[in-house]
Amino acid sequence: MVKVCQSTIIDAPVDEVWAILRDFNGHDRWHPAIAFSEIEGGEPVDAVGSVRHFRLNDGGELREQLLALSDKDRRLSYCLLEAPLPLMGYVASLRLKPVTDGNATFWEWRSEFQPPAHRRDELVRLVTEGIYQAGFAAVRNLLRRRSVGSPVETRPPHAMVGPTPLASMPRAVSMAAPGQAATTRAIVVERYGGPEELQFKEIGLPPPAPNEVRIRHTVIGVNFIDVYCRTGFFDLLQPPGVPGMEAAGIIEAVGSAVSGFSIGDRVAYACPPVGAYSERRNMAPELLVHLSDDIADEIAAAGLLKGVSASFLLHDVHAVKPGDIVLIHAAAGGIGQLLVQWARHLGATVIATVSSDDKARVVERLGAHHVIVYSRENFADAVMRLTGGRGADVAYDAVGNDTFAGSLAALAVRGHLVSFGQASGPIGNWDIGRFASKSLTISRPNYGHYTDTPEKLAPHVARFFQALRQGVVRVEAPTRYTLANAADAHRDLESRRTTGALVLLPKP
Amino acid sequence: MTKVYVSSVIPAPAAEVWKLVRNFNALPSWAPFVAECRIEQNAQADQIGCIRNFTLKDGGRIRERLLALSDYDLSCSYAILESPMAVENYIATLSLTPITDGNLTLAEWQAEFDCAPDREAALMHQIGHGVFQTALTALKHRFGR
Repeated sequence: MVKVCQSTIIDAPVDEVWAILRDFNGHDRWHPAIAFSEIEGGEPVDAVGSVRHFRLNDGGELREQLLALSDKDRRLSYCLLEAPLPLMGYVASLRLKPVTDGNATFWEWRSEFQPPAHRRDELVRLVTEGIYQAGFAAVRNLLRRRSVGSPVETRPPHAMVGPTPLASMPRAVSMAAPGQAATTRAIVVERYGGPEELQFKEIGLPPPAPNEVRIRHTVIGVNFIDVYCRTGFFDLLQPPGVPGMEAAGIIEAVGSAVSGFSIGDRVAYACPPVGAYSERRNMAPELLVHLSDDIADEIAAAGLLKGVSASFLLHDVHAVKPGDIVLIHAAAGGIGQLLVQWARHLGATVIATVSSDDKARVVERLGAHHVIVYSRENFADAVMRLTGGRGADVAYDAVGNDTFAGSLAALAVRGHLVSFGQASGPIGNWDIGRFASKSLTISRPNYGHYTDTPEKLAPHVARFFQALRQGVVRVEAPTRYTLANAADAHRDLESRRTTGALVLLPKP
Repeated sequence: MTKVYVSSVIPAPAAEVWKLVRNFNALPSWAPFVAECRIEQNAQADQIGCIRNFTLKDGGRIRERLLALSDYDLSCSYAILESPMAVENYIATLSLTPITDGNLTLAEWQAEFDCAPDREAALMHQIGHGVFQTALTALKHRFGR
């Protein structure tokens, strides 16, 4: 039995490092050796016993099982089930400790295994340098990119917080106190971190201000931006605060200065400020949308933010024309499904990428002309093959780190890369001089800049609802969770095993 | 039960730092607030159960019993027998862990104790900041380049 132990100091708070490492399926977002990873059988990413199946950049496939995970001790251990190398009996653990006099983190990664004698030194070196030391450096880089990367990446919220008056910002959540008349139950984030930081609590709810309405939520939308708010990657949410930017509901009180809305109106919204993960909330009505009878609450809450996004991505950021070749990543996700259907309706040839065969079937049913399972095949090569070497006119990429380089390679001359998310991590720094080799255009649209006034928002809402009514786009029945189980919704969303939209249901 | 936890990175290999801190009688040579120290009844400084009796520079006197000492884990635990701090059931552990990347040491110092509720915040600050962190900072400077 050989023992390997490596440790380092990471210059970031321990909770921030733990939020990265505790995601047993997240290692493909930071470890340079790993191309793709998924949790078998749809287990949660932090469930003891869950198995991650992952592929290395060199093609090797491995399976590892989570043996223990403690958020209290910030420690997890796992063992290897299958590997292309004889790392026999490999059991590893990693643990974090805070360094209290500098807000840094001590990270130790150790393992035991029984290599064949003639390969002992080679395998010890591989584990020590190729896995552990490379992992330390990668997490350090990930954190550096997050903190000093491009200011636009890390601080879009300043731009995203629209014209909503500060009075309605649910920044300081006042906890329910005895004697206070109104309260509501909500999901509160008291500190940035993993899904376990989504706590179901009773909080105070003051009467609506003169320029506010109070909404009783019926269905609440779950979006990847809520994950970024929870982890602190976006500072739209200041702890303690209530996450969520999309919901449908009924107006139950109206401030004295509000016109155009009455008690009993059915409404929906998809905008900051955060606060949607609650049974009831107060909100300025500028960006509220009236719901007509033929749009169900659940469809509005599952689709409005994604539908408005799809509308400006396909019409404003890049106007898709008949005959265009459109590449869409994460095509089985909430927004991906809308982009596929809508781009096809606009007359484009749609090439979609997904991570699994099940998701490929979903996307085929939606009308994608070609579907690439990117875990099995290099998608940039596949796009070139499918287009006879021409490439795509536009690529819609919300995956970020994993796909950015491939998206550039998959574009045609004068192609347009629309990078509108980073589910797999930030894209890092790129030398734009290289884009001249194909005269490429890059866009990095910010939801707020396309939707922060009623004048900007209304056309997209109208176009999306029209597309729904005409059957141009269909929003599948979303996966439902109770509001109290918001943490489960986040775990499922982050594990990338969901398709379509997720919603939270407050108890009536 | 109140808990205090403090840690620092010491710029020296763990074995080297351990040589200094394993000596239960060596506080005056590295902790800046200790004036003098002796082991009672001529016991060895690494004998489990031995008692160190030391005076602080401000005149306070403390007696502590060595509860555990591991040259394998690089850690030692002790209990306070007498002190001016009004704490009960006070047990502390000082431990070192090698940091392979750079050949440094993680030094951790933690304590658990009972006290009057209105004294808790002040004692946590006094012990965590005034004693443990101050001593670890001194240790850092001692090994500093």
